[in-house]
Parts: sequence; structure tokens; C-alpha cells
Amino acid sequence: MNDLRVNTLESEAIYILREVAAQFEKPVLLFSGGKDSITLVRLAQKAFWPAKIPFPFLHVDTGHNFPETIEFRDRLTKELGVELIVRNVQDNIDAGKVVEETGKYASRNMLQTETLLDAIEEFGFDACIGGARRDEEKARAKERIFSVRSDFGEWDEKNQRPELFDLLNGKIELGQNVRCFPISNWTELDVWSYIEREEIEIPSIYFAHKRKVFLRDGMIWSAEDDVVFRAEDEEVKEMMVRFRTVGDMSCTAAVLSDAVSISKVVEEIRDSSISERGARIDDKRSEAAMEKRKQQGYF
Amino acid sequence: MEVLKIATAGSVDDGKSTLIGRILYDTRSLTDDKLEAIERTSKQKGFDYLDFSLATDGLVAEREQGITIDVAHIYFSTAKKSYIIADTPGHVEYTRNMVTGASTSQAAIILVDARNGVIEQTYRHFFINNLLKVKDIIVAVNKMDLVDFAQDKFEAIKTEITALAERAGSTQNITFIPVSALQGDNVVDRSTKTPWYTGTTLLEHFEKLEAQDVYEESVARLPVQTVIRPKTDDFHDFRGYAGKLYGGSLAVGDEVTVLPSKTSSKIKDIYFFDKKYSVAERGTSINVTLENDINISRGDIIVKASELPQETKQLNAKVCWMDATNLVVGKKYFIQQGANVIAAKVASIDAVIATDFSGETPATELKINEIGKVSFKLAKTLFYDTYAVNKTTGSFVLIDPQTNNTSGAGFIQ
Repeated sequence: MNDLRVNTLESEAIYILREVAAQFEKPVLLFSGGKDSITLVRLAQKAFWPAKIPFPFLHVDTGHNFPETIEFRDRLTKELGVELIVRNVQDNIDAGKVVEETGKYASRNMLQTETLLDAIEEFGFDACIGGARRDEEKARAKERIFSVRSDFGEWDEKNQRPELFDLLNGKIELGQNVRCFPISNWTELDVWSYIEREEIEIPSIYFAHKRKVFLRDGMIWSAEDDVVFRAEDEEVKEMMVRFRTVGDMSCTAAVLSDAVSISKVVEEIRDSSISERGARIDDKRSEAAMEKRKQQGYF
Repeated sequence: MEVLKIATAGSVDDGKSTLIGRILYDTRSLTDDKLEAIERTSKQKGFDYLDFSLATDGLVAEREQGITIDVAHIYFSTAKKSYIIADTPGHVEYTRNMVTGASTSQAAIILVDARNGVIEQTYRHFFINNLLKVKDIIVAVNKMDLVDFAQDKFEAIKTEITALAERAGSTQNITFIPVSALQGDNVVDRSTKTPWYTGTTLLEHFEKLEAQDVYEESVARLPVQTVIRPKTDDFHDFRGYAGKLYGGSLAVGDEVTVLPSKTSSKIKDIYFFDKKYSVAERGTSINVTLENDINISRGDIIVKASELPQETKQLNAKVCWMDATNLVVGKKYFIQQGANVIAAKVASIDAVIATDFSGETPATELKINEIGKVSFKLAKTLFYDTYAVNKTTGSFVLIDPQTNNTSGAGFIQ
């Protein structure tokens, strides 16, 4: 009988999720409503079935998320019957703990870190499960599956624990936490192929749609709302686009596309000559943009 | 599609990251934006060539120093296979990260600088790959362009490593390829400068390798990670034992023994998510139920009654030490083997093993990056196999209870 020959990556991710649930007292799944965290949710369902997913979801809401993503998030968590914790970046801004960026490239992406660290402290989470993948970005390519963070959320990238075979060491001191990455070894194409195979529902912005946009620095920005700063000479047009990665509206550019179904999306990615994070403005700030954010506690 | 995981090894500046970058470039796996970034930075640094190591050296400190500190995982595919390359550091100081990358790989590329020949670090990395039983070793003799593609340089290295493999009693497949990572000779495309070499290019060789996971052993071991008890109306009495199956297969109806209690039962159902299967193959994360209710918890191992492992309270193992604090007699550690964690005390350090296979010397402590023979006194009985029989039940990590650090790796002989 060969039908149990499921994807090696799927079994690896399920194994990691079970280790997280068993080794930690208070794990949480970081849920953004993006394709990677949606994939994690399906894997968690599989890992613990017929029991419910044994940890809550946490969403750090920048207030700049795509409305489609938020609607999707609420519906999915309700269907699954899991607890959804939402913490807002806006609260930290209002309290004067963080200051909003200004100017043409203003984004709340960096501000998420503070809110995340606050939530970790508030609930005493000792493990945060995230959908980061090593193929996304070269600092992420360096990260362990269990990545220990200090009580300030810092990643000591030059001194990571050895991680041999499947053995995951989740032992930590009080105050430290571990970021856990079950789909570390998946590529973007693996995620899409899995979404296709499992017929997983994803937010509509991942598919080609007509959108009001404007062009800047060779990238396509959403002009449907007032979150993204737009200069007067930046002209609004309507284009057929989709989003390949879904962060904040302010740091995620769209790509031209006519892929209206998952199979078309898979085809498009297979033929693409630009990497996934090529459309992430947060990575373009400098060569070390991701690493710097990670050192401070970002995912 | 098959997935093949390959780790690099070799001394610092032997060109590991450059080789990986070259493979990515020549297989057109670098996307336009990544290539542009490499072109831009190479130019900024004043190089008249493309610095491919920029594709993998992801940390600021790495780019500053031009070295690799920690393992990077790189993904690419050809029409035939999908590849994961673990690009590991060459410095002795970062051997722990090299071991991390090599432990889950099916093949290893050991780079040797054609100008320098076999050096201490070549021995160490060959030794570690031998200890880990990595099946395929590719010795890439690099920087052939700097020795005018001289065949005698290549042959000398081949002779020396072949002798080393014999001394080690290695049963690994070892292949030698002359390359220039910087110029692309024999990496993806055949070189016109090595007419004396009739073998395959590096990529051609990868394509021929059989991609099997590292857990290919024949005995079935199911370490229980967690017990699944939904306690819902539909599954009121459901009690599932969840874990990844290492080695062999398990079938419904198999007579099994649960360790350490040594209680017997039979496999009732095998689930993968909500579907039932009659057989589970190795490598799958399953959830099994048993015919009778027995007390099982995390760390227990389910095995076939006909394939019992060995047991001991006094463990002897080869240990690869990875902590700056030395391993000394009397110190306590946690041994983590699969999902099982038990307390252990170092009973004796029996020898330090020379990584050039020249022999063993007595020792009273193990220093960082040394490999030695160590015996442990265990708080509880450990059920184990030798590493040759099953990599999961035959290996472990040592965790320092004071720092929580993963301090060493053990291989049961």
C-alpha cells in the first residue's frame, strides 16, 4: 500500500508541531492570514486530529492589513474553534511607546516587533510558532527550527544551538522564548503546491483581480485606500494584479498577473524570474534589513 | 520529485559558498532580483567578478569577514530532482554548525584547495561525515584554475583521501571531481581545461545519486511524541500515540512492545490525519491506536515485538563535543534521544580519537570540537540500537542542565 507516501515535508512539519506542543507549556501560533500561516494551520489540524489544535493563535494587527485578510482570519478561527488573540500596533502608538514612521516609505512593519514582544510577556508564551521559511531570505536561511530568543526577543545569530538530526532542544530559562518554524524547509512553490493539493482556502488578494494601483520604483502599489503614501504626481491606474506575499499594505507590492486559480498561481511561480520577497519593501531597506529586524525580536 | 540534501564541508576559504553560488548561477536558480543584488554588491566591493558567496552568506558578520559562520539552507531544483544544500562553515570554531548541516544530509561535498592539498580540516570533516555515516562523499578539488588544471595535483589529493578512507574502514561512496567554482569548470558544465578527467561534473553526479532519506534502516521505531486524547463526544475513548516512524514499516495487527514498560499489544489503527491506513512507511508522522489500554507517555518507544532494541544503564558512545565548557568526569547532562530525555552522569572519558584516523589517546576531558569515547551512568534504562542499525535510537544530544545548551552529540557504537 503506497498511499501513505505523503510528502516528507508534511511529516517533518507535523513532527515539529508535535514537539512544540509537547515541549512547551504555553505555545502560540502566530497567524497573519497569509498563505504560510494558513498552511501552518492545516498542518496543525493534521498533527493533532481528532483533538483540537492545542494552542491559541496570535495576530499582531498593524491596522494596515488588507481587509480581505482580516475577514478571512476571523472566519477561519471561528470555524476551527480556536482562541484568537489580537494585539494592535495602534495601541502602542497611542500610548507613545512607539513612533509611527513618516514619509514616502512609512510602514508599520518594524513596529510589530514591540507589540509581539509585549504579547509574549502579557501571556507568558514560551514558544511562538511561525511560518517563516529558509528560502525566503538569506538571514532566514540561517535560522534553526527551534530558535532561542532572549527575554528582549533578541536572536543571537552568531551563537545558535547545534541542531542535529530531528532532535529539537526546547529547554530554556524563564523569560526566554523559542521561535519555532515547522515549514523551514519548504519553498514558496512547495507551499503553493500543498495549498493546491489540499484545496486550502486562501484570501482573495492572492488571486488576480482588478485593483486601483500606482507605480513607484518599478513596483506596483495599492491605491484602494489611504494607507500607502502617494505623491500627487503618482498617477492611479487600474491593473490586473495579485499579491504574492501578504504583509502590510504599506510594505507589500502587487505583481501583474492573470492567475485566477491556484493552478495558475503555481504555474506563474514556477516560471517567475523574481523572488517572492522581491515584492517586499521591508527587505529592500538594506542588505541586512531582515537580520536587523530579527535581532530585535521580529519574526 | 525526489529531494536530495547535500552538505558542504572543507576548510575556510576553500570556496564552499562560491561553489554553491556557482551551482545556483549555472542552473539559473538565482532570480533576477537576487542576481542584481550580487552584481551590485560585487561592484561596490570593487571585485571584477561576481562574488557568489553573497548568495548564501546571509549574516552581516559573515559578509564583513567574508566567511561563513552558520549553516545556510539553499533550495534549487532541476528537471530531475529537488535539492537542499546545507552550506556549512569551514572554521574549526564553527564545527558545531558544520555538524548541524551534515547530520540531516544524504551526501557531502568536501572541498579541498588544489594548491594546499589535504589539510587538518579536511581530515576533521571527512571524520565527521564518516561518523555520521553520510552515504555519498564527493571530494571537489577546487581552485584548479590556480594550479593550471594540473592533473598531478588532483591525483595526489585523490591518493591521500583514498588512503584515509581505507584507514577509516569507510564503506561510503567516494567520488573525486576537479573543479573551479569561481570559473565554473566541471561544476554544472564540463570543462575544456581538464581533458585528462573523464568523470562527471558535480551536478551530473548529484543527478545520479539515489535520494533516500537518512533514516533508511530496516527496524521500525516509533518514539511517542505526544498522546492524543480528544475527549469529545465522537472520540470519547480515543487514545492515539503520535510520532514519526523511523525505519521499516508498521502494519495494523502487528504485535508490538512498548518500552520501557515492555508491555505487549497489537496495532489497532494507523491514522494519518483523519484517514486510516493498513501500513505506515518510515518517515511518516502517524497516530496509532493499540488493541488494549496501556499506560504510554511521551518518550516511550513502540517497536515490533520481533525487533526489540538493546537496553542499558551504562552507555558507551562516541561523542562529538560542541561546547566551550569541557566535558569532564562526574558532570551531569540530559541525554535526548528521540522524544526521550534522561539524566546522565559522565562515568569516564576513555579516549580522544584523532580525526586523521591515526589512533586514540587517553584523556581526562573533551574539549570543544574534539571527538572521544565516553561512558555515561544513566538514571533510567535506555533502550537503544547502534547508530548503524537505526540513526534515531542510535544517536542523542547532550544538554547541559545549567545552560540548556546542546553541548554534544553522541553516536552509539
